[in-house]
Amino acid sequence: MATRPQDRKFIVSNPEKCSGCSICEYVCSMANEKTFNPNKSRIRVINRGLLTNMAVACRKCEDPVCVASCPKNALSQEKSTGIIRVNEHACTGCGWCIGACSFGALNLHPEKKIVYTCNSCTDTNSKGEPQCIAWCTEGALQYVTAETLAQKARQKIVTQLLETRETSKEKTENKQ
Amino acid sequence: MKAYAGKILHVNLTSGQSRTEDLDEKTAKLYLGGMGLGINLLMEHSKPGKDAFDPDNPLIYCTGPLSGTLGLAGNGYVVVSKSPSTGCVGEGQVQSFFGSELKRAGYDAVVIKGKLAHLSYLWIDDNQVQIRDAQHLMGCTVREVEQAIRNEVGDFSIRVSGIGVAGEKLCRFATIISDGHYAVGRAGLGAVMGSKNLKAIAVRGTHDVNVADLESFTSFVKTRYERVKNLQTNKYQPLVSKSLLELNSLSAVAVKNWSNTFFEGVEKLGFEYLNDRYVKRVVGCATCGLNCNSIAVVPDGSFKGEMAQFDFDCLLSLGSLCGVDCFDVLVKAVCLVNDYGFDCLSVGAVVAFAMDLYEQGILTSKQTGAIADGEGVDLRFGNGDALLYLIDKIGKRDDWLGNVLAEGVVRAAETFGGEALKYACHVKGLELPGYDLRTLKTAALSFSVMFSGDRRLRSGAELLDVNGVFSCPKTENKPGVDRTLVEVSHRYNVLDSLIICKLTSEVYTWQDLADYYFFATGIPVTEEELKQVGERIENLARLFNILEGKGTRNYDDLPYKLKNCPVSVKGSKKNVFVSDDELQLGLDDYYATCGWTADGIPTPDRLKQLGLGSLSYISESAIAAARAQQEEN
Repeated sequence: MATRPQDRKFIVSNPEKCSGCSICEYVCSMANEKTFNPNKSRIRVINRGLLTNMAVACRKCEDPVCVASCPKNALSQEKSTGIIRVNEHACTGCGWCIGACSFGALNLHPEKKIVYTCNSCTDTNSKGEPQCIAWCTEGALQYVTAETLAQKARQKIVTQLLETRETSKEKTENKQ
Repeated sequence: MKAYAGKILHVNLTSGQSRTEDLDEKTAKLYLGGMGLGINLLMEHSKPGKDAFDPDNPLIYCTGPLSGTLGLAGNGYVVVSKSPSTGCVGEGQVQSFFGSELKRAGYDAVVIKGKLAHLSYLWIDDNQVQIRDAQHLMGCTVREVEQAIRNEVGDFSIRVSGIGVAGEKLCRFATIISDGHYAVGRAGLGAVMGSKNLKAIAVRGTHDVNVADLESFTSFVKTRYERVKNLQTNKYQPLVSKSLLELNSLSAVAVKNWSNTFFEGVEKLGFEYLNDRYVKRVVGCATCGLNCNSIAVVPDGSFKGEMAQFDFDCLLSLGSLCGVDCFDVLVKAVCLVNDYGFDCLSVGAVVAFAMDLYEQGILTSKQTGAIADGEGVDLRFGNGDALLYLIDKIGKRDDWLGNVLAEGVVRAAETFGGEALKYACHVKGLELPGYDLRTLKTAALSFSVMFSGDRRLRSGAELLDVNGVFSCPKTENKPGVDRTLVEVSHRYNVLDSLIICKLTSEVYTWQDLADYYFFATGIPVTEEELKQVGERIENLARLFNILEGKGTRNYDDLPYKLKNCPVSVKGSKKNVFVSDDELQLGLDDYYATCGWTADGIPTPDRLKQLGLGSLSYISESAIAAARAQQEEN
């Protein structure tokens, strides 16, 4: 079990791969609520047109503003995983945390009238393997740490830069 | 009864009243949902002989048992009504988010009758049903309407299904579009919506959709998601596949309004070129892992930045049929088609028809509308500008030619007069898609008997030809053809009623479909029972058409060109066409296999076996009428 903050994994969606099909929403409600209803999903898909789609879920922030904003102290962050836990008895469903979160990653449960957010499927049978990722047919979702994200971004950009340099070098050589 | 919402919503637009009715388990099992349920409701609520634009003609939206679940490509809906282009059953199915939203709002079907005093939209917010003014949305595209209604309601997750200008102006091949660009097939259903002054239906559904056996259902679906990835999915990705080239090599591409079968421009629309130059992404529909939608973007030139979701059928209908081989133009054409809200297949066939008449001298340049310099538009085949010009004119209906063509090829031919009807390629009044049925003879037979005109996805028969199940071209009738065709069409009825996208249908056997239905609904069903559902729907639709006076042998016909004008086939010296004898021979076999009379009327006995005994009076009176006719002759 991860204990350091930098080991906390969260779900990210790659807009270059996401097709906006919303399978993840259905899977989430299935795994966590035992029903099919995207309105009860912890991950939400945004369709912005033919080419731009992306899913959004809790980022497990280091200093979560949702927790700080709760007037009832109903929200807390699990140290080991970064998961935001909601005290169902304390939460009044006021929605302050929903407004505070920059990602819209918290939602008000349509029946329980309290907030809920991504728990990385720790409360489901899958024991912590996020089911949206297991089902995504595009490979658009990843369960990563901030460090992995940074590494991937660095590798991608360096590869691109070097490739461009190689090809331009080849071109000049060919010309000569 | 799980998975179903268990409710049918009835809305009367004239009075503004709505009520709900329960969906009983018996009806659910007899018709499954989707198209089957829709045709059953159409039979119940439609009055024979009434015009499709009559306020009493019901417009029926149906969801399927899988809508709103995680089912692979299961989030579709079906619209059924009397078609303004054929006068027969008109139906269209689409995979889009709207279907599941409607299910979550709590409805298996919405039956809309009556007519609004002025342009409005229907707002279904779970159990609240409201009619709201839409006069400010007149002339808007469906995407604009969606955005406007979302702003009005203040919820960006609601789903909208509506019509563009073509529907408002009652163009007989207007379609209904949801989620911005998913069109509900053919048969002019958008015009029915327009005739009711109904611009759109907006839905917000918040209820759960529960299946009977969540665990079995989920694991069943999971394996289907995996299997669909192993399909040769390439063939469904039109712009990145060899489909067009393959079809062209079989001489099965209809070129220049069915004038010949070889498309010179095919190389310009080759998959490698299109893929490299245009395809930005390949995406899927709502909850579907089979990605088959190519998003094409024009990279430069005068149409730079135009973007459309491109479909193989559009490539044939707008491209080869009109002889247009410039893909920049085709992308722009699809954008226009989508904005106006046309059925892309019909609009291509209509433009090709006009071009043919122009080349034949039946349409003169004086009639084709004046442009700036006073000359008529040059409607010769291959003129991309003319294609765009005509789509625009048909959509706006603001001049003589556009107005006439918006009525579809048959009605337009009647207006043009003379030989024009010989150039109209249609079945039952619905324009053919861009396949040449003279070389796909199995499909030709199947198209001629389809209850909804020529809809390709209704029969799937062209695949039998293309895949070589039956030799192509087939010159004489082969035993077994009829049986296979009938089975395929029954299977397709079941798929449209469960609302399963046909492109994914290869991952289901009959037993799989039965299991799938059982896991979802908890209603046990056998393979045989399912097959019977398919046959029941086929017969019910046939009876509907008979009531409309269009369900008998005379109407199971092919257009003049296919029956009288031979085309050459690659690699063969013979020219082929579908002779009337051939067609009649095929129809004899087909009817016999279906248990229909020689006039194509379902027999009362067969109807009883299918549980349609209460409707056998229709077939009895049709049989009597046919007999009287024969005696007269």
